[in-house]
Amino acid sequence: MNLIKNAAGRLVPTLVNGKKQIPFRGVNKYKPLGSKTVPTIRSCIDYPWDGNKVQKNLREALKKAGLKNGMTISTHHHLRNGDALTNLLFDTIKKMGVKNIMWYPSASFPVHSHLIKYLEDGTIHHIEGSMNGPLGKFASLGKMKGTGVLRSHGGRYQAVQDGEIHIDIAIIAAPQADPFGNANGLDGPAACGLLGFALADSLYAERVIVVTDSLVQFPCVPWQIQGNNVDYVVEIDSLGDSSKIVSGTTQVTKSPDRLLIAEYVADFIEAAGIMKDGFSLQAGAGGTNLAFAVFLKEKMKAKGVKARFMRGGSTKYLVEMLEEGLTDFILDGQTFDLEGVRSMRENPNHVNTSPFTSYNFHGKGNFASMVDVAVLGATEVDVNFNGNVVTHSDGYLLHGIGGWQNCLYSKCTILAIPSFRDRIPVIVDEVTTLVGPGELIDVIITERGIAINPKRKDLMKAVKKSGLPIRKIEEIKNEVDDICGGQPAKPKINKNKVIAIVKWVDGTVIDSVFQVINVESTSKVGST
Amino acid sequence: MSNKKSSAGNRGDKIRSDCYVELELKTSGGIKINLKSKVKSMYGESIRLLIKDIFKTFKIRNASVFVEDYGALPFTIAARVESAIKNIFPETEKEFLLPFNNKSLYKTTKDRLRRSRLYLPGNEPKYFINAGLHKPDGVILDLEDSVAPASKHDAKFLVRNALRSVDFSSCERMVRINQLPSGLEDLKFIVPHNIHIIIIPKVEYAEQIKQVGELVLKIKKEKNIKNDIFFMPIIESALGVINAYKIASASINNCSLAIGLEDYTADIGTQRTEEGRESLFARNMVVNAARAAGIQPIDTVYSDVTNMEGLRESVIEAKSLGFEGKGCIHPRQIEVVHKAFAPTEQEIDKAKKIVAAFKEAGDKGLGVVSIGSKMIDLPVVKRAQNTLKLAKLSGHAELVSASNI
Repeated sequence: MNLIKNAAGRLVPTLVNGKKQIPFRGVNKYKPLGSKTVPTIRSCIDYPWDGNKVQKNLREALKKAGLKNGMTISTHHHLRNGDALTNLLFDTIKKMGVKNIMWYPSASFPVHSHLIKYLEDGTIHHIEGSMNGPLGKFASLGKMKGTGVLRSHGGRYQAVQDGEIHIDIAIIAAPQADPFGNANGLDGPAACGLLGFALADSLYAERVIVVTDSLVQFPCVPWQIQGNNVDYVVEIDSLGDSSKIVSGTTQVTKSPDRLLIAEYVADFIEAAGIMKDGFSLQAGAGGTNLAFAVFLKEKMKAKGVKARFMRGGSTKYLVEMLEEGLTDFILDGQTFDLEGVRSMRENPNHVNTSPFTSYNFHGKGNFASMVDVAVLGATEVDVNFNGNVVTHSDGYLLHGIGGWQNCLYSKCTILAIPSFRDRIPVIVDEVTTLVGPGELIDVIITERGIAINPKRKDLMKAVKKSGLPIRKIEEIKNEVDDICGGQPAKPKINKNKVIAIVKWVDGTVIDSVFQVINVESTSKVGST
Repeated sequence: MSNKKSSAGNRGDKIRSDCYVELELKTSGGIKINLKSKVKSMYGESIRLLIKDIFKTFKIRNASVFVEDYGALPFTIAARVESAIKNIFPETEKEFLLPFNNKSLYKTTKDRLRRSRLYLPGNEPKYFINAGLHKPDGVILDLEDSVAPASKHDAKFLVRNALRSVDFSSCERMVRINQLPSGLEDLKFIVPHNIHIIIIPKVEYAEQIKQVGELVLKIKKEKNIKNDIFFMPIIESALGVINAYKIASASINNCSLAIGLEDYTADIGTQRTEEGRESLFARNMVVNAARAAGIQPIDTVYSDVTNMEGLRESVIEAKSLGFEGKGCIHPRQIEVVHKAFAPTEQEIDKAKKIVAAFKEAGDKGLGVVSIGSKMIDLPVVKRAQNTLKLAKLSGHAELVSASNI
């Protein structure tokens, strides 16, 4: 594999899975020219006049869709760790004897470790999408036939739109659908709120199959997925385990250390003057991220401040703020709990969004850069504020990018992270894998203090007299190294074997993930 | 050598920042280390070196060691290995001491603020590391009730190592020893390692304080320890309450007298209630005894960690009875306790007037301090000064500095 140094000084391949790659050129330094991709012309005369596109089963639909060796098949991840459909899909493909599929999920979860046997037997050639937990470990050990490609949610949309990825068949799990293919995630046993991650697939895939376990009479409204883009509809018994699709109630972390970090985040947002009438924020669903929203809510109430919109993975905590009038809108990218689903169903101000509205590099603007403050996590950050979310310090690939890279464009990007996990330093000299350039990361908030990117003199000035523990990032790093007993040894990796590449939001290659050599995995398997 | 095999530490799915060690002495073959660790690729080599170093200290040349590590820091690994070794060699006087963290060398004073003290179970290293970040006035490494009998041996090494290695961020460093007489055995593990306060549980007689005092003195002499070490006896029984003043005044090194209500209520044959009428007498006695002996009265813990309003009310009640501190069993309780102990605006106002009058009297060379027609005694002035000090520490600096004092 021929590797060259990109603008971030990282070694990246120029050819991956037979496709030419463009090395990262710097933030906002690259834009492709030419036309967006166009879907094949279809005509209504090829579809049933009565609108009934229901097929006997998934196998039949796949056959009609022309499934064959080497195709690209896409799925979305709104069913999260409760997803049973993707596993059923590849069981079916295996039975049909089809090989070398490129799987293009919007994310994968530990439940998909079922697919490892299909990676081993050649049913799946490789994955372009997040590889969480066991799949990531499998890939890290160099066992996947092709090279993984990691993209952000926005990058996935961009790759479809500019033709880098051509989806042959899109499989859209739909908690509720009608025979025409109109579908949404609002109701049914597998209700997940919205289906935004399947939007690009429904628009650009050669063939689109909607699979539901709750088939309703036409029309299924609202049509988050439009039946006019759908080729076939399949009804199955169950899309998955609803308790793992959305949680009954999301809980704020009980860890005192994480609560301390969350409290610092809320304090910082207030002290920096970000929390003012009409502001906006992005909150995730990690324990710390939920907790900061709870602390911020108290501050907003105390000062009588109201937000214009909140973006997120929605949870009951955001819903409470919407219902108590602390924000005008929730712009929701994925729904994490039952309260979120209910609110999206009932409240017109709880709006569903997609990577197109929020993150897409080829959009005429997108929401992410309009957000006043985004609070995110990371597996590692370095003293230059570069961030990593895909690998751990032992070199193993264990997480996907999600919307993380896209959210870095917010006006103030905060990483809320512990300074070390058990004995593993989170603040390091140089990130194991570069996923987010430091120039876009403004503040790092740990339990041991808050480090502000020296580029953000405005923020430094704003919080100078706040009494918050503002420190140099090197100082926190040194303290953590002392606690952990010195700097950790670097992972043993095979520099000749790239097991996955990491794309920047514009489609260029920002870094490579290398094969890990024969050491026990040191990291707990996580999920996003 | 009666037993050639032993183990120490903790293992299991929920274990973090800890490790489990199994040791078997051999007659040949050198030191064999079988390391299973979640940080093996990062710290595997340094863990091996540390273990070899410990064996060298104890002159063990042949042994096989199995370590199951969950990201334990070096002070924990060393404590677990040493505990396993000392299970086999209980008589050896040798110790394996990691160098003192220079952030752990600060001192304390007898009359410092002790509004909150955070209990940390003595055999759970994961709670030690960040305890100071939550800013309690003091941290208690507990060897007594929060440690299971089977873990008492392990805990002593862990607490000793933590005192040397962990940065408790300027919090006062306290250890609760076991109930006497076995608590006396704990002293050699803590006295030489910059302990500030020894918390002595279930005290019933003044003699017990003297016993501790004498042994502390002996160890200090042997090890050439110069720093002050103060005592905080806890009264937890009917007899203890009756002897409260004698206990409080038993040693010049007593800085505070605390009450523990779980055991006390059991001892008098009743149960703890939210309003606490059953313990009013005992609490009054402890406050009175402590004040009579010139030391700080300190209240018990509030055990419902989810009820912050209940905690706040209990602190306000404790303050009204005369207590100056409260025990905390969860870091989230600390801020609530500090806020509730903070002087009110009214209290601050009054204190400012008294201190101003005192200053004026001094300036004019008057022997008597008075506000209007009311004479002010010196202890009242002292209390007013303390109120202002506490107000500053509690974040009311603006109220205090607004006056011309």
